[in-house]
Amino acid sequence: MSALAAARITTPGIDWLSIAPVAILGFTAVAIVLARALIRKRPAAYPVAMGLTVLGLALAAVALLAQWRRFRLEGPYQSLSGMVAVDGFAAFIGIVVVFATAMAVLLASRYLVRERLDGPEYLTLMLLSSAGMVAMASANDLITVFVALEIVSIPLYVLAAFDRRRNASLEAGLKYFLLGAFASAVFLYGVALTYGATGSTNLTLIGRFLAENTLLHEGALLAGLALMLVGLGFKVAAAPFQMWTPDVYEGAPTPVTAFMASATKAAAFAALLRLLYTGLGSSSADWRPIVWVLAVLSLLVGSIGAVVQTDVKRMLAYSSINHAGFILIGVEAAGDRGLAASLTYLAIYAFLALGSFAIVGLVTGRGDSDSALSRFRGLTQRRPALAYAFVLLLLAQAGVPLTAGFVAKFRVFAAAVAGDSYLLALIGMLTAAIAAFVYLRIVLTMFLPVEEGEAAPPAPLRADPGTSVVIVVACALTVVVGVAPAALVHVAERATLLFRG
Amino acid sequence: MTFPVLTTLIILPLAGAIATTLVSGKRVESVRIIGQITALATLGVTLWMLADFGTGRAGYQFLSDHSWSSDLGIRWIVGVDGISLFMVVLNAILTPIALLASQRVEVRAKAFTAWILVLEAALMGAFLSLDLVLFFVFFELSLVPMYFLIAGWGHGRRQYAAMKFFIYTMAGSAFLLVGILTVAYLHRDATGLLTFDIRVLQRWAPAGLAPATAAWLFAAFTIAFAVKVPLFPLHTWLPDAHTEAPTAGSVILAGLMLKLGTYGFLRFVLPLFPDPTVRYAWVLLTLSVIGIIYGAIVAAMQPDLKRLIAYSSIAHLGFVVLGIFALTQQGLDGAIFTMLSHGLTTGVLFLIVGFLYERRHTRLIADFGGLWKAAPVMGGLFVMTAFASVGLPGFSGFVGEFLALLGAFLTHRWFAVVAASGVILAAVYLLWAVQRVFTGVPEGENATIRDLSVRELTCVVPLLGLSLFLGFYPRPVLDRIGPSVKAVVTHIERSTGYEAPSPSAPEAEESPAGPESEEAE
Repeated sequence: MSALAAARITTPGIDWLSIAPVAILGFTAVAIVLARALIRKRPAAYPVAMGLTVLGLALAAVALLAQWRRFRLEGPYQSLSGMVAVDGFAAFIGIVVVFATAMAVLLASRYLVRERLDGPEYLTLMLLSSAGMVAMASANDLITVFVALEIVSIPLYVLAAFDRRRNASLEAGLKYFLLGAFASAVFLYGVALTYGATGSTNLTLIGRFLAENTLLHEGALLAGLALMLVGLGFKVAAAPFQMWTPDVYEGAPTPVTAFMASATKAAAFAALLRLLYTGLGSSSADWRPIVWVLAVLSLLVGSIGAVVQTDVKRMLAYSSINHAGFILIGVEAAGDRGLAASLTYLAIYAFLALGSFAIVGLVTGRGDSDSALSRFRGLTQRRPALAYAFVLLLLAQAGVPLTAGFVAKFRVFAAAVAGDSYLLALIGMLTAAIAAFVYLRIVLTMFLPVEEGEAAPPAPLRADPGTSVVIVVACALTVVVGVAPAALVHVAERATLLFRG
Repeated sequence: MTFPVLTTLIILPLAGAIATTLVSGKRVESVRIIGQITALATLGVTLWMLADFGTGRAGYQFLSDHSWSSDLGIRWIVGVDGISLFMVVLNAILTPIALLASQRVEVRAKAFTAWILVLEAALMGAFLSLDLVLFFVFFELSLVPMYFLIAGWGHGRRQYAAMKFFIYTMAGSAFLLVGILTVAYLHRDATGLLTFDIRVLQRWAPAGLAPATAAWLFAAFTIAFAVKVPLFPLHTWLPDAHTEAPTAGSVILAGLMLKLGTYGFLRFVLPLFPDPTVRYAWVLLTLSVIGIIYGAIVAAMQPDLKRLIAYSSIAHLGFVVLGIFALTQQGLDGAIFTMLSHGLTTGVLFLIVGFLYERRHTRLIADFGGLWKAAPVMGGLFVMTAFASVGLPGFSGFVGEFLALLGAFLTHRWFAVVAASGVILAAVYLLWAVQRVFTGVPEGENATIRDLSVRELTCVVPLLGLSLFLGFYPRPVLDRIGPSVKAVVTHIERSTGYEAPSPSAPEAEESPAGPESEEAE
């Protein structure tokens, strides 16, 4: 009997909870496609799709919280023969991604109708992409990372070009696709080299291998590491792989831009952190200098590049590169403190970016084509509530105390200083001052009254319920996290403690 | 549990600011009343605190200490001692006066009032915080209301001035934050405790930091505070910010925000890094003397009254830094006294220039002349203030600058000698300005200018009166400053080989003991 049992081929047991969030999001996307096909009346398809999306996101969030609860009791674990790590880190990023997706869906709810875009299709793509992001956060194998990366990217290429009547959007999609496909290929090549050097694609095994063995010829591993950093650096919009960012952020429909800045960044950083901390944790001496350079370049390019822009969406794109630099400061710090700092920053930047792009979307107005700085002129007089909300979010991005942005920056600087990276922290702070110039330029423009005899810029749109919710939530979180950071910081610490499979 | 009086001082103006935003923007009068009541209530609480303040005690009083974010090690620690006491009082006095002086602000009066109150809260917080991060939070936070005051209600090139002000200070505080974090984490590495509590850190830092590290940290803190003071050559933001700011903004900027820099030296740099302080005092002394002379000469050349006062602030703050880095009891006493006195007199100068601007819509000295004929009260008060500012005996300016010079003379003789010429230069630029503006034969609008109204007198007279009172009777202030200053000096002496000359002048009754003990040696 026992001999029979031993002879039986053992298939890996499937822990359904570990893949539940990804599966829910994926199946919801499929369900929307089906519903779209089955519902005859075109206009009815959109509300149904919207309902399904909300349901799917809610269920995914519940699944993530269930995961969190489970390993708080039982500790982090791996499933699917080590392909997926279920730990606090994955759940934290997963929740950030689901939150950002929900906000981006709210932003799009009226936008799609207004711009006469195909709603169900858009929601399907968004859900697929966010399924990929959640998978990416828990991917513990380079193959899983790659597959997740593609699931994230391909819908995003389409989403960037979604407004196909607008040339800028098409251009954004094409540019993102060409460079993104290239970056994926580079990443895959890096995976191959790493496999060659270490004999495994599993991050835990790679980590164990590197901890126990000294490589005589490090070349393949280093080249693999460098190529993987290029691939992921592209996704997180870190310099010098940032070239696509301003064009794509400017051209893509604004809700998509908000989604890319918040959710994509979080997911790609999740993959980067897990790769560096789990897989290459023991060779941090090799990658810390590389990350240092990436951080400094991102900080400088992001802040200085933003100064010369005249378009608010482009400014925010550069600021997003700058923020990637700040998160890289946390990554560079290595260790639990750096990890917790990066997580905190990602969560905070997610809602700052969502809120900011929501406001930009309203000011840009119908057609979504002109987000020039001059359109913000006199906004404090015409739309005080909207303008002051933007002021708050911009000050938070600049890192003014008692806003969430300060908490985020404080954490990464503390991590950097604790890791003896004084110079990096100082460079970060100085670029924060340069970036503050950019944010204040937008603020000043909003305060500038429109002179008599001058053509007033077109009026911003009235905020639809979805956008209002996003703006209110973003502002509320900015203040609450800024004044009482303890809760978020604590959760991020805890997520870090539950890291490692 | 005792009443948290200091926390109240921070929360009260903030609550007032929130209250004003809830009132309809059209009801300007009620907004003003709410603002004024809040400011006066804060003043009341401050005076109560002042009355309750234990004279002759060096340590922090009215302490309250709560955890803010335990994971980050940040605590809400507020306390007051002789060094911060009069900055808090000055803040409480200047805010209602700034509000009263701004009755003419009609545009967006609601936002204006709210920002002034937020500024008061932020400054209170900065002067009361004993946690380095908490201090940094308020230090940075104070930029925001001032930025909006300059950008929203300033004159001329206000956008440029506001931006320059913000970026300069923010770049300076980049060094401060990194410095703060470094001190805290080195302390944690050494002792295992992550804290930003200045009381803990200052006990550890002098011996715990390696000399080279201490020097770097000293440089980092010094850059941040030197921008704020501002010390030559980091001063270029100040003339623009001062000139373009609305009157209330200038009063608070000069009276309080510049003092954040010198206060930072006293509270953080000296106690945390005594060794580099003693070693590199000459650098700061040199810069302060350059500032004194340079500020005075450039002030004399200014065609714009407000710019003149702005440059005079550079000179006055030079005396403060001179007093601080003299590292003697008298020098530090004088520095803190000058911080208070400069807030009073420069406040009056900015107020009167503001009133002039409201009448004539110009600040150019050349446009005025013979104002005394039409406005004798204004003329008389301005001349008195000019004398007070110059440091004529009988006014508070004299006491402070005399003590600062005396202190510097004891340890760094030649610096004091050169700096003393700054007093003469001050007389040159201010009296020359008085002469051109108020004497002579009035022409055109100058002949019919209105004299000061009751409201304007209410703004000016208390400040000038205080300056006069403290000039004759500085004792109550010096008695409260003294012990805390002594503690700082002793702290420096104990942690370095440095020996400050024995105190003499201010503690006259103790002086007989001084020479005797020296003879005994």
